[in-house]
Amino acid sequence: MSAVRCIDLCKTYRQGDEDIKALDHLSIEIDNGGFVCLSSPSGGGKTTLLNAIGGLDKPDSGEIWIDEQRIDILSKGELAELRLRKIGFVFQAYNLIPVLTARENVEFVMQVQGVAASERREKALAVLDEVGLAGLEDRRPSEMSGGQQQRVAVARAVVSRPTLILADEPTANLDSKTSDGLMDLFAELNENHSTTFVIATHDQRVMAHIPRLVKMLDGRIVDDIQQTAA
Amino acid sequence: MNTLRVLAMLAWRNLWRNHRRTFIMLAAISVGVWAMIFMTALTQGMVNDMIEDGISALPGHVQVHHPDYRDDPNITNLIPIPDSELSARLEAAGFDRWATRIKVPAVITSERDSRGVMLLGIDPSREQGLTFIDESDLDGRFLESIEDGGIVIGRELADTLETEVGKRVVVMSQNPDNDIADRGFRIVGLFGADMPQYEEGFAFVGKQTLQRLLGVGDFVSEAVVMGDDYRDVTADYERLQALFDDSVVVQPWTELDTYLGTMLEVMDGFVLIWVIVIFLALSFGLVNTLVMAVFERVREIGLMLALGMRPSSILGQIIVESMLLLVIGLAIGNVLAWASIEPLKGGIDISIVAEGMEMMGAAAVLYPQLRMEDVVLANVVVLVLGFLASLSPAWRASRYQPVEAITKVD
Ligand SMILES: Nc1ncnc2c1ncn2[C@@H]1O[C@H](COP(=O)(O)OP(=O)(O)OP(=O)(O)O)[C@@H](O)[C@H]1O
Ligand SMILES: [Mg+2]
Repeated sequence: MSAVRCIDLCKTYRQGDEDIKALDHLSIEIDNGGFVCLSSPSGGGKTTLLNAIGGLDKPDSGEIWIDEQRIDILSKGELAELRLRKIGFVFQAYNLIPVLTARENVEFVMQVQGVAASERREKALAVLDEVGLAGLEDRRPSEMSGGQQQRVAVARAVVSRPTLILADEPTANLDSKTSDGLMDLFAELNENHSTTFVIATHDQRVMAHIPRLVKMLDGRIVDDIQQTAA
Repeated sequence: MNTLRVLAMLAWRNLWRNHRRTFIMLAAISVGVWAMIFMTALTQGMVNDMIEDGISALPGHVQVHHPDYRDDPNITNLIPIPDSELSARLEAAGFDRWATRIKVPAVITSERDSRGVMLLGIDPSREQGLTFIDESDLDGRFLESIEDGGIVIGRELADTLETEVGKRVVVMSQNPDNDIADRGFRIVGLFGADMPQYEEGFAFVGKQTLQRLLGVGDFVSEAVVMGDDYRDVTADYERLQALFDDSVVVQPWTELDTYLGTMLEVMDGFVLIWVIVIFLALSFGLVNTLVMAVFERVREIGLMLALGMRPSSILGQIIVESMLLLVIGLAIGNVLAWASIEPLKGGIDISIVAEGMEMMGAAAVLYPQLRMEDVVLANVVVLVLGFLASLSPAWRASRYQPVEAITKVD
C-alpha cells in the first residue's frame, strides 16, 4: 500500500508575463514507511510538491492520494482534519506561533486534537528533550535562535505520531551535529513507527542519510535513486 | 471545549501583544461605555424629575372620570357613581394608594385681589403620599378631615392675594344648576412646591365641605390610584378598568398628560439612539484594531490553518479576542459609570443653568438615575454590535490561504 501517490500533477504560477511550471506532469508514489528525500536546485518545485501532498495547495490538474484517499477533491475543513490527524509539518519559512512558548507550540496540534493536558505536557517535554531543547520549553520563539526554532517545529511535527511527516528544509539553520541528531530521530521514528517521511533539502549530509533520493528540476522528476543505507 | 480553551488562550495572549494598542482600545471602550451610562443616567434623572413633577400635578397614575370631564372639567361632569360606592370598590380591589376628589375651577378672593384656581375637595387621610404637598414644607397646618372648614393654598398665591394664614378668603364656583356657590374659608395652611405654578394654581379644601357648598351630595369628579412606578401602570390600569363599565373613563397618566407620556417615549428612544451613536464611534476603532491585528498575523493564522486548525476556529479566535476586549472595556466602563454617578446621587445643583428650564418642568436639582435597564441596554448594545462588527475581520482571517501565508519569505 502506498502512503502517498501523486498522478500527473501540474501547477503553473504566473510571474509577470511568464508562466512558471512549478509542477510539470509529475507523478510519484511513496510506500508506507517510506523515507524520501526531495532535492533540487532552488525553485525546482519541492515546496510546491510538499504543499500539494499536505493539502495546503491544490494542483491545477492531477490526483493526489494519501492512504488510498483522494485528497485534492476534499473541502477545506476535511483537509484541515486530514492534516491535523495524519500529517506532521515542518515548514520552510515560518513555523511557530509567536505568542506561544516552545512547549505550547509543540502542544498546539495535540491541543487542537483534544489530547488531555497532562498527556500533552508529558509528550511535549519528552520530544523537546529528544531534539535537544530541554530547559528551553518556556521560551517564546522570539527568544530562540533560528536553529532552536527549527527544532521546536520538528518536535511539533513528530510529537503526535502522524503517519506522514512532510519536512521542508528541516535542517536549514542547524549545525551538523544537531542536524545529524535530527536525522537520527527521523530514522528512528521511520524504523520503529513506520512513519513515512518526505523531506525536501539542499543538504548533502541529509541526502546521504536517506534511502530514496528523488531529484527534481523545473517541476519534473529527473532522477529517482534507491540508496543503500549509509 | 478544548478548542475553546486554546482559542481563549491565543486570544488573550494576542491581546497583550500590542500593549499600547490594547490599552488605547480599552480606554476608548471604557470611556464610551461610561459616557453611555453616565449621560443616560443624567437624562433619565431629568426626565424622571419632569415626569414626577408632572404627575404630581395630576396627581395619580391612573384616574377615573366622567367621560366628558377631561374636555370640560365642570361640576356637571361628575362620576355617576356615589362616592361611598366608588370608595368601597377601590378598597375592595385592594389598591394601596387611592383617593377620590372633587376637582372644580374656582375663584379665590381676598380683600385685596382675586385669582382663578383649581379647587380640590379631598379626604386628607387618603391623600398621604399622593399630592405634591410636602407636609414638612407647610406653614400652618394641612386639612384634617373631609369636613374641615379651612383652606390650604400655595405661598405664591398667598403673596398675590396679599393674604396669610389665619385670614379669610372667599371661594366662588358654580353649582350644577349654574348658580354661583360661594363661601368664606379661613386659610389654615400655606404650601410650598417645586413648581411655582403649582403654588399659584391649586387650592385644597375638605371633600365634604366642598360637596356641601356645591350641593352635589355624595358625588366626586375623580378617583385616582397611585402605583409604585410611573413607568409601569398597565397592571393598575387593567385592574381599575375591570371595576367599571363605560359610564366612566379610566385613563393612565400617559393619556391624561399626553405631553409627558410622549416625552417618556421620546426619551427612551433617545437613550437608545445615544447609546448606538457612541457605539458607532467606538466601532470604527474596534474594527480598525481587529483588521490591523488580523493583517499583522497573516502568517501565523496561515500556520494554524496549515497545522489543521479549522477556519471556523480561526474565526472564533478573532471573535473571542474582540469579545475579551469588549468585556474588559465594559467592566471598566461600568465601574467608572457607577463610581461617578454614586457620589452624585444626592443631586447635582444645576440652578445656574436651570433658570430657563423650570418652565419645561425641570427642577433646579438634578438627580442622576442609574437604572438597571439602561446599564443592561448599554452593555448589550456594545456586546451585540461589537460581535457583529468583529465578524468581518474574523471572517477575512478565516479565509486566509495557508500556503500563501506560510511560503511567503520576508
Ligand atoms: N506563490 C507563488 N507565486 C508565484 N510563483 C511561485 C509561487 N510559489 C512558487 N513559485 C515558483 O514556483 C517555482 C517552484 O517553487 P518552489 O518553492 O516549489 O521551489 P523549491 O524547490 O521549494 O525552492 P527552494 O529550494 O528555494 O525552496 C519557483 O520558480 C517559484 O518561483
Ligand atoms: Mg522550498
